[in-house]
Amino acid sequence: MFKITKQRELPIVKVVLIKLAAIACGLMLLGVALAFLGHNPIKVYSELVLGALGSSYRLVETINVMIPLTITALGVLIAFKMKFWNIGAEGQIAMGAIAGSYLALFHSNLPKPILLVGMVLLAMLAGGVWALIPAFFKVRYNSNETLFTLMMNYLAIQLIVFLQFSAWKDPKSFGFAKIAQFNESAIFPKLFGVHIGWVAMLFLVFAIYMLINHTKLGYEICVVGTSKNTAKYAGMDVKGTILKTLFLSGAIAGLVGVFQASAINGTLSVQVSGGYGFTAIIIAWLSGMSTLVVPFTAFFFAILTQGANYIQTVFQIPQALAEVMQAVILIFALGSEFFVTYRIEWQSKGGPTT
Amino acid sequence: MKRIFSVLLVMILVFGAIGCAPKATETSTTEETEATEAVTEAATEAAPLTVGFIYVGPIGDGGWTFAHDQGRLYLEQELGVKTLYKESVPEDAEVKTVVKGMIDQGASVIFGTSFGYMEFMDQLAKEFPDVKFLHCSGYMSSENMNNYFGKIEEPRYLSGIVAGMKSQNGKLGYVAAFPIPEVIRGINAFTLGAQSVNPAVEVEVVWTSTWYDPALEKEAAKALIANGADVIAQHQDTAGPQQAAEEAGVFAIGYNSPSKEKAPNAYLTAPIWNWGPYYVDQVKKVQEGTWSSVNYWGGMADGIVALDALSEIAPTEAQAKVDEVSAKILSGEFAPFQGPIYDQTGALKVNEGEVLADADQLSMMWFVKGVKGTIE
Repeated sequence: MFKITKQRELPIVKVVLIKLAAIACGLMLLGVALAFLGHNPIKVYSELVLGALGSSYRLVETINVMIPLTITALGVLIAFKMKFWNIGAEGQIAMGAIAGSYLALFHSNLPKPILLVGMVLLAMLAGGVWALIPAFFKVRYNSNETLFTLMMNYLAIQLIVFLQFSAWKDPKSFGFAKIAQFNESAIFPKLFGVHIGWVAMLFLVFAIYMLINHTKLGYEICVVGTSKNTAKYAGMDVKGTILKTLFLSGAIAGLVGVFQASAINGTLSVQVSGGYGFTAIIIAWLSGMSTLVVPFTAFFFAILTQGANYIQTVFQIPQALAEVMQAVILIFALGSEFFVTYRIEWQSKGGPTT
Repeated sequence: MKRIFSVLLVMILVFGAIGCAPKATETSTTEETEATEAVTEAATEAAPLTVGFIYVGPIGDGGWTFAHDQGRLYLEQELGVKTLYKESVPEDAEVKTVVKGMIDQGASVIFGTSFGYMEFMDQLAKEFPDVKFLHCSGYMSSENMNNYFGKIEEPRYLSGIVAGMKSQNGKLGYVAAFPIPEVIRGINAFTLGAQSVNPAVEVEVVWTSTWYDPALEKEAAKALIANGADVIAQHQDTAGPQQAAEEAGVFAIGYNSPSKEKAPNAYLTAPIWNWGPYYVDQVKKVQEGTWSSVNYWGGMADGIVALDALSEIAPTEAQAKVDEVSAKILSGEFAPFQGPIYDQTGALKVNEGEVLADADQLSMMWFVKGVKGTIE
């Protein structure tokens, strides 16, 4: 028989090894499936990596995916540190995109720097306020934040649907439901071939690291996350901390929204959040809630996403299979958490041994 | 603290590397250099042409995308060119990412097969002047981008004849994607066809706001059937509406590809596409260096559109009538939008003996009399 016991704190190297081993198992399983379909798995995997990193163009595309994943993951991470399960990043991205798009569409005659800064500030405000709503209900009525933030996603997405299909519909589109492309002045510039969001991303990695590890608010977030009673006993303003943190968490997601709408899509559309809000949760989790690990996990996911896109056209692998590949790798990576947290002890006494 | 700096250092190095890869440092020229690099790379290898296709749904939709993919396979078979394709590309900026990826893989001809790709293809055409862009069902064109489509309203008119004869109560239903001229033309032609054999017929329209969503298409058809429709027509990519008809025991007109096996007890016929010959013609011209951006709008006479064979449950007298009108369309003696045609308010829109001008057909934003529905 075996017994499952809580694992003692593992050294970081071991944690990484467990996760890599899990992903390797996932790849092997997929390899069998690919072989059955008549593809050479090793060739498919090497093309997957080449498709994400093989040329400067492809690398830029991969980084374009890494940026929203990293920033959003940082946003959810600070809420998670507090054990406030904010799974509403998707909606906060959408609100940020809407607010930024409002300026881009209706005030595009402003001078470019003012317009862009205005878009960023308005987007962060909108994302922050959107996250503040469930936070308020949490501190005032102790509502369940998981459900609340999840539902807020659908509200925000439907708001975009409304704007796209009626209020902001492009009058020149002959009835096709879309919002007009932004003016050139509302598009974020590029630096070294990648839109300016990467600078924000690096800054945020640093800033969030400093916030959590070297500021009073960061300390309070961690204490509230460990035990609200301890925080209260220590005289901390628990409610205030929750509200402040959630505003920040939502504002960071809102920033992603405006970058995606302007720099990537050039307009607002229903697909603006692109599932990044949900993937970011997985990234924050897989990064062990560690700020500095987030960019690397996000980069790994970006490679997976871009590479899967690439092999679809190269090997003519159906889209559905490419998605299954991503999901299988994900399940194995998440499943490995079990072996990080727990360990299995084989017992020689009692039942049959192996 | 030491750790954070080493992490940041690594990341800065990574980004630095990307920044340095293209020679130019100014951001504006970076993109162009990359673009021309990719193109010249493709051109130097010369001989084998690579053609990229972007699809709005999966090939397995059994309809619109399936029909285009049949065209792609025909192209491969006839000319031996290499083709790339990507399924389920949404009608947003993702188009640019996908197409750039294809150009990066050597594609020098791109077929975009959905209306919503148009604006992004137009932007791409400016960015990649050496790549040929062929866009299906839109209206923007330029030096290296054309638009192609077919007069599907001709077989749609014929399918209206079949539906009008089959209907017991004169109530037809139409599941439609977006209120754009392409779709509106189809609804009007179908209605006029049905009215030609049954003047009292009514066509109720439901909008789905999607090209591809099997479940939603089916639900929309169910709603129409609940309202009394006994023949369902569609401007959607899947056989969802036909399956709804099959389940409810009413009849259906398909679209895009023959789909009798999807709803054997409901399927009467379908206006269908045959893209292959056009794709071969265009790519051959690119190979020979004679391609130029010419918009294309072929009809039944060109073979790009047709009516599928009537099924055995279609009304027996329909075949003769379809053959008669079909012959007139082929000879140019008749066109679906031949007057007199009245709009929903009863106002005369096309005089007797006249045919609605092409430009007015391409921007048609009104329903003919007998259509129940609104253009939002």
